[in-house]
Order: sequence, then structure tokens, then C-alpha cells
Amino acid sequence: MSKQTLIPIGPYHPLQEEPELFRLYCEGEIVKDIKWETGYNHRGIEKLSESKTYEQVFFLVERICGICSNSHPFAFANAVEEIADIEITNRAKYIRSIIGELERIHSHLLWVGLAGHFLGYNTVFMWAWKYREPVLDLFEMISGNRNSYAMFKVGGVRRDIEDSKIPIIQKILDDIKKKTDLLTGAVMDDPVIHARTKGVGILTKQDIIDYGAVGPTARASGVAIDVRKDDPYAAYPLVNWKVITSEAGDVFAKAEVRLLEIYESISIIRQCLDGLKKEKEGDISLKVKEIPEGIGNGRAEAPRGEVFHFVQSDGSNSPVRHKIRAPSYVNIATFKKSCIGQTIADATISLAAVDPCYCCTERMAVAYDLTSGEKIMNAFELINESLKKTIELKRTIKSQL
Amino acid sequence: MNTGLIIENFMEQFKSDILEVSVKNQKRIIITIMPDAIINVADFLYRKEEFRFIIATALHTKKGFEIHYHFSKDIIGLILNIHVILDKDNPQIESLSNIFNASNWIEREMHELLGINFLNHPNQEKLISEGNWAEGVYPLRKEFK
Repeated sequence: MSKQTLIPIGPYHPLQEEPELFRLYCEGEIVKDIKWETGYNHRGIEKLSESKTYEQVFFLVERICGICSNSHPFAFANAVEEIADIEITNRAKYIRSIIGELERIHSHLLWVGLAGHFLGYNTVFMWAWKYREPVLDLFEMISGNRNSYAMFKVGGVRRDIEDSKIPIIQKILDDIKKKTDLLTGAVMDDPVIHARTKGVGILTKQDIIDYGAVGPTARASGVAIDVRKDDPYAAYPLVNWKVITSEAGDVFAKAEVRLLEIYESISIIRQCLDGLKKEKEGDISLKVKEIPEGIGNGRAEAPRGEVFHFVQSDGSNSPVRHKIRAPSYVNIATFKKSCIGQTIADATISLAAVDPCYCCTERMAVAYDLTSGEKIMNAFELINESLKKTIELKRTIKSQL
Repeated sequence: MNTGLIIENFMEQFKSDILEVSVKNQKRIIITIMPDAIINVADFLYRKEEFRFIIATALHTKKGFEIHYHFSKDIIGLILNIHVILDKDNPQIESLSNIFNASNWIEREMHELLGINFLNHPNQEKLISEGNWAEGVYPLRKEFK
């Protein structure tokens, strides 16, 4: 057997700046096996939830994820409303969907930016994050918070989107659409991005089905699953939109799906705003007296895929059992398929392609030789491997022109 | 393909293993089965009926240990919960990870947090608290404070 080198990415991801640990076992430049350690962020939320009232759980689950802080309350609300058999008002449905889609736009833009950064395209990174900023401003205008909006409760939403705010939202949506055109053009037409992402980190349809992967990761491999369409909730059955899919299953397909989904989200929000105008202002929530005994399976389509909440109630004011499954839980496991056989420089973008969500802290990554225990490279040198590959590609493509 | 037909097929196939069927509506069904039948049921749902395994939830209740296996038929938006009740003192059940990889992590997690043993699991190591948690202490059991 030839000499194997162990390259750990983590305990804190050097680029995504979140705690996890992947051990890449490499022969030369090729990744031969991958092992992972998760749980650095385990906060015992399922156990904590059993000690909170239904109203308090919303604030707890909102803090599971900082980027898609709305998707967990969304799924939890669906689960609890299923137990209590509540049909919320149309205005609340529209508001829920608007918040959900605004979140999808900012989350996808964030990913495009990070992916650009991974590949050494810092211009894409800065553009995407700049264009994401107005969406956060919108959230601040609607809810008072740029993140963790505290908008949801059992039976509706906490705050209204007044009719006077609709023109401003429409104007900002117009701007975002123009900027997304620019960004999509830049990403889709760039020969270097094609060279770095096409055919890299491929997940086949069978891999997706086997690992139960969801969201853009599944849709980029031709598996057209989307909770918004399959098991409609909130205002999604009231508006027209389509599920974006791609067949290739590589990193490029995942980027394509995410970019095109931004357009769908903009269209959904526009239709919801039109719907909002027809409903009475202030009619946003129902009074819910008690949650009866029962079981609720709530799900919502987060930017990264299906969020699933299982709630069991015994008729008291807090859940007896609350199971939470975030989309990254099933998506991260697909690394075993997407990374093995890739070079180290491509492994980082393959790992990033499912948009994994761990949490936010930072430390360092160092590569050791397995036999001698000698230090080989640190985090910056690892990132430089990826950047170097892009620079080389740029040079060769330029020389061919 | 509709919910009624799927349930009819299921009942016919596993007549002797079903303990209880509870239909909340066309999209939410809970079927309680004998724990011994789980491998055949999961194989039937995944391979024949093309269900997707979402996740499993384990509970510690007065009855003992319970697991809800959540399966989704995306094309009709159906969530089918396969419910099993395990022994109080020696909770164990066959692992589904040899049928689909999607259950690999959650079975490790249930083993770690509730102490349920999954037979024939390819790698039943700890998932969350590797090396940092006392042996035999299970935080999601009711007696844990």
C-alpha cells in the first residue's frame, strides 16, 4: 500500500468558520477515504424543548441556525398546527411565505458568495454579499431584526406587513433581480468556474435516494423533491411557481439550481404581496387556547432542503418529545460519495457544495503525516491549494484564447 | 398512486405484523407494527413503494422505548410513521442501515442518546459526543436530570 496522508479539515472549518472535523485520507493528491466528527455544537435542544412552553419553543428553535433562522419555527408551527388542527388566516399564510422566500434569497446569495471565495473569486464573494444586504434591511424593516426575526407563533404571525410597506419591498425586489441577473451571468459564463465546478463532486440520483438527501443537493441530481410542492403549506398552493432541477449532480448544477431558485423566490414574493393587498390588514393570528394530545409531523422547505419536526403532545403546555431534523444532517453524509476520488483542491468545494450548516466559531486546521506525525500544512496552505488551482486554470484558459 | 392504494398494499403484505393503524388524514398515517418485521417493512417501503426515509424519532415512555420511523412518499406528500414499541429493559431492533444509508447516523444517535441497540449496524460508534461522555448514561431517557 502506498503512503497515506491524513488531512483534517477542522475541528473548525477554515473557510466556513464552523466547527466540524473531516478527516481526509489521501494518497498523493487523491482523497481515498473520509471520516467525520460532528457534535461540536450539540446543545441538547431536543431535551431543552421539553422544558419550554409551545410559545417559548419558537424562540429556541429559531436559534438552531443563524442563516435560515426562520425555517425551524416554520416546521415547528406546521407540526403544532397539525396537532391542534388549526387553519391560519390567508394574510398570515402570505406573510409566512414572504419571510420564507426572502430568507431563501439571502441564504442562496450567501452560498454563491462563499463558493466564489472557495474558488478564489473574491469579486463574486463581495458582489453576492453586497446584494444580499438589502434583503437583510428588508427583514429589519419588517421584523426589527436582521436575523432571528421572531415572526412566527402558533396560529399565525406576530407582526403584520402593512400595505404601506409593499411598494418599498417591490422596489428592493426589482433591484435584487437586476443584481442577480448580473451575478448569474458572471457565474454561468465564466470558463474558469466551469472548469473548476463541472464534473466535480458528482452525486448520482441513486446516491441521493440512498442517503435521503434533500433540497438543492437532491434537485441538482434530478430528484425533483420540494416540500413546498409535495406537501404544500402556508401560501405556496396559492401562487404559481416551479421546482428548479438539474441533471448533472456536480457542483455547477448545485450553483445553477440555487441561482435560478432566487428568481422563483422573487416571483413567489411578488404574488404573495399582491395577495396581501386583498386581505384585511391586521388579520394575522388566531387565538389558540390549548394544544390537544396528539402527534404532529411538520415540515418546511428551508434554503438547504427539508426541515422536519416531530412533536408529541400530551395536552399540557409543552411538548413531551420534539425531534428536529435539519437538512444538513442528511446532506453532509453524502460527502462519502462526492469526495472520494477527488483531488484535495476539489474536495473543499465538493464539501461546500451541499451548503453545510454547522455553526459559527473559528480555530485552525493542520495536516499531519500519518506515519511520522510531522506537520505538513496549515489552514492557509490548504486554502491556497484551492486558490492555486484556479489561478493555474485562469492562466491556461487565457493562453488558449 | 394514492394513499388508499398504498395502505391497502401494505395491509395485505404485512397483515400479521400490524398492531394498530391510525389515519389522521390522507397525508399523515401511523402504523404500529411488531418490531421483528421492521426489516421487511422498510425494505418493502423503500424498494417497492419508493418511499424516502426522512428520519427516526426515539421516545422513552411508560410503555418502554418507542421508535417512529418517518417515511415520505413525496409525490403525494404522504408521511407514513412506522411505529414500534421495544422492550423496557433490553431495547434492541434490527438496523436499517444495510437497506439505505440514510438511517446510519440517526441510529448511531439513538444508540448514544437513548441506549437502544441496533443489531447488525455497520458502525455503531458515538456520533455526537465522541470520547466526551460517560458510558451508560443516556441523556434522552426520562430518568436523566
